[in-house]
Amino acid sequence: MVATPIAVSGKSAAVQSSARPIPGDAGVWVFITADICAFALFFLLFTIGRVQQPALYDHSRQALDPNLGLLNTLILLTSSWFMVRAVQAAREGDRRRIGLNLMLAMVVGAGFAVVKVFEYGEKFAAGITMLTNEFFTYYFVFTGIHFLHFLIGMGALAVCLAKSSKSELDARYVTWIEATGTYWHMVDLLWIVLFPMLYLLRAA
Amino acid sequence: MNGLLRFTPVRAWMVLVGLTLLSWALTERSGAARLATTAVVVIAAIKVRLVVAHFMELDPGHLPWRRVFDAWVVAVAAIILGGYWLT
Repeated sequence: MVATPIAVSGKSAAVQSSARPIPGDAGVWVFITADICAFALFFLLFTIGRVQQPALYDHSRQALDPNLGLLNTLILLTSSWFMVRAVQAAREGDRRRIGLNLMLAMVVGAGFAVVKVFEYGEKFAAGITMLTNEFFTYYFVFTGIHFLHFLIGMGALAVCLAKSSKSELDARYVTWIEATGTYWHMVDLLWIVLFPMLYLLRAA
Repeated sequence: MNGLLRFTPVRAWMVLVGLTLLSWALTERSGAARLATTAVVVIAAIKVRLVVAHFMELDPGHLPWRRVFDAWVVAVAAIILGGYWLT
């Protein structure tokens, strides 16, 4: 008797999982796919540059502080997790938990900006700019474009937060917060690749 | 991978943090630079896949999109590792 509801529930969850519509809407997935493909091109450009000048790239890489890159990875992963919790709360119509988790996603996420500004400041103070060499041109352009994505994501989170207290928590709101979450996870995903590529490719 | 797909978000987050720290230990402490760096890129690719599956909730049911993201992560890892091994 005990096994039956578990089996039914498990089957039901599996069916729901495979039949579940894509989070957000197809538009945001098209946009994200185009965006990550642009970044794939950036990774290719960087790789070609590194193949041509491995010594320059490795020497330049050593001027970066990998501790800050690691910290920013942990910050974005944690902020992403709070975003997942906010989306779950929206599906359950729990206004208080949406607000709390969005707030936490933003507060933790803001740490990324603090670290990045500190890191850029450190580089400028050491006389390193995007004109220093090809490695640093790519470093500043790629992390700069990624930072712009981060700022847009923070803005979208703020809109979700404002809407959570005023708007009705209907299907439209859920679609909105799911799409924002998908975008926010993309910011995380891109950093997961940028961090090892820029900071951790040790020459043998 | 089926077991991993049943991860709750908090478990996915814990695994992602664990993998991040593991790749960190590999780069900082390992003497075998080439092998360790290769492992770091492979771990990053696994992390991307975990984010796609458990944070972005791209289930195996969302097949065309899932294939696009799988192809992307394989291509990106191949580009970075291919270039790395050429030097």
